[in-house]
Amino acid sequence: MSLHVQSLTCIRQDRLIFKSVELSLSSGEILWVKGRNGAGKSSLLRILAGLLKPASGIVSWDGTDVEQEPEQYQQNLRYVGHQDALKTAYTARENLNFWSQYTGTNNVAAALEAFQLQTIADHPVRILSAGQKKRSNLARLIACPAPLWILDEPVSSLDTDYIDLFKNLLETHVKAGGMALLATHQDLGLQSARHLDLNDIWQVAG
Amino acid sequence: MAIDLHKYANPTRFLRIANAIFPWSIVVSVGLLVAGLYLGLFVAPPDYQQGETVRIMFVHVPAAWMAMSVYSMMAVSSAAGLIWKHPVADLSAKAAAPIGACFTFLALVTGSLWGQPMWGAYWVWDARLTSMLILLFLYLGYMAVWESFEDQSKAAKAAAILVLIGAINIPIIKFSVDWWNTLHQPASVATMEGPKIHGSILTPLLIMGLAYTSLFVTIFIIRVRAEILGRRLRMLRVNQLQE
Amino acid sequence: MNSFLALLMRDMRLAYRQGSALTMTLSFFVIAVTLFPLGVGPELDVLARIGPGVLWVGALLACLLTLDRIFQADYEDGTLEQLLMGPLPIEFIVLAKIMAHWITSVLPLIIVSPILAISLNLHSDGIWAMVISLLIGTPVLSLIGAVGGALTVAMRRGGVLLSLLVLPLYIPVLIFGVASVEAAVALLPMGPHLMLLGGLSLGALVVCPFAAAAALRLAVE
Repeated sequence: MSLHVQSLTCIRQDRLIFKSVELSLSSGEILWVKGRNGAGKSSLLRILAGLLKPASGIVSWDGTDVEQEPEQYQQNLRYVGHQDALKTAYTARENLNFWSQYTGTNNVAAALEAFQLQTIADHPVRILSAGQKKRSNLARLIACPAPLWILDEPVSSLDTDYIDLFKNLLETHVKAGGMALLATHQDLGLQSARHLDLNDIWQVAG
Repeated sequence: MAIDLHKYANPTRFLRIANAIFPWSIVVSVGLLVAGLYLGLFVAPPDYQQGETVRIMFVHVPAAWMAMSVYSMMAVSSAAGLIWKHPVADLSAKAAAPIGACFTFLALVTGSLWGQPMWGAYWVWDARLTSMLILLFLYLGYMAVWESFEDQSKAAKAAAILVLIGAINIPIIKFSVDWWNTLHQPASVATMEGPKIHGSILTPLLIMGLAYTSLFVTIFIIRVRAEILGRRLRMLRVNQLQE
Repeated sequence: MNSFLALLMRDMRLAYRQGSALTMTLSFFVIAVTLFPLGVGPELDVLARIGPGVLWVGALLACLLTLDRIFQADYEDGTLEQLLMGPLPIEFIVLAKIMAHWITSVLPLIIVSPILAISLNLHSDGIWAMVISLLIGTPVLSLIGAVGGALTVAMRRGGVLLSLLVLPLYIPVLIFGVASVEAAVALLPMGPHLMLLGGLSLGALVVCPFAAAAALRLAVE
């Protein structure tokens, strides 16, 4: 499995966000997308998640243009964005149960365990802390397994212990043949990760 | 660095054609308006029942025609904008809306002024007037959608969806209001049909219709031109920021 | 299909948990209808005359209050974009949410409408006609409302705009709905009116999910 991106250009509200972005990602790889605020990290990730249409360029999955079969491509990816996509009236377990039913997967118990959520799994999300919400959100990655993870600031509001936990899960996922694309401000110290700096692209394109 | 120049190829051609038409459309509008109003207000015979008040018809009826046809034109050009992503199509629907709303408003005001001598009340829930009123609401909603989005390309698509839903609905609304009217009013009450139409009335009516159309074209060109220039200006500013 | 059911059940359960919304809508409906006898006077003949119209307008406005919730909460917490990335086509997501809205926000109004109809001195034939016409006609309210809700979902104060967009489009349902009740009260056949209402519902069912889906795509971008 592999993801290829050719000369991707993004224009939003008549403003050029980035142009000519090239990247490729295959099984077992992590790509760390860097760049200052406004460099287009989130836009790039949203385009790759199929939420945003690029102004030009091609995104292909296993050699097929994802424009042609967006549903099939999106079954292969999980996206974690800035918002936590949790229903506050539901417990973490109920939230995960819904997502696994919705996507036709079934791995909720393992997900709760992986993110150490068992003790709080049956409290309404309303009363959880920001970090606990973030973990409940990230647990969707395990509850609804998919090879490609697209993660926008996945560790914000996590403390260092949980950041390490998350890094381990990420590395396990990649070793098992998955792949991940993540945008963060801080360096997670992932040795195996390749880098993509959106600031550089700007300078080259000048 | 310039972005997406081909997007402006079409507007440029549109501007060239519009600039060529513009002086003529002013002349034609003024000429037809003068002729139509003269024929309608002085030459056409008074109605044997309604007397001189029937002359309001020459202002009212063509305005109602325009109200409907401008909305249809907006629907067609919005559909074109959605399907072929033609850059002028969205702008032209946007530019046409306030003009259409003004014609609708004119039809409503003249209709109620006409209604006073006919029915003894400034507002009667006549089927046509009611339909016009609903059409005015549709225009206002459409314009409000354009105002509510910051991103102009999103506003264009949202407004296009709304105008198409409205276009599907207008015949249904029209039918339901007619139905409602016949349920609630005895058939003997006069409607806005006006007197039997014969030549001396039809000619000024048609001339006024053409005059309104040409007036619409004139104002429309001014508005589309302003829209295109505004968009270019925004684009220039953005490009300047990025250099 | 499982995804569709999962979404439908989730929305219904959520509405059940946040029961306050339902009681507020119901209270609004009851209070709005109660204002009319206070406004026009308690003569039973007058009330029976305006009853069908009052109930339909009340139901329409009460429904309007809940429209922004169809998509807004899911949009704000990021659920909507996750739903869009799931296996269900957007048109079906919209349909599931419309069904959930109708069941949780409109059906309760229909259930209490006979009681309000009695308070307005509506003839017993009229009460049955009222319930049947509401059952057949109100899906249009949810369907058209979903288009309005999808168009205004990304706006901070979309509520006012939503009513401006949606209310003119509700007029045919109002007219045919009230006409069918009035026909029943006058002991005339109400079949034609109900057929027209049903036609509106089916037409809206065909058009509105696509329009709302297109509007949602815009909102998420």
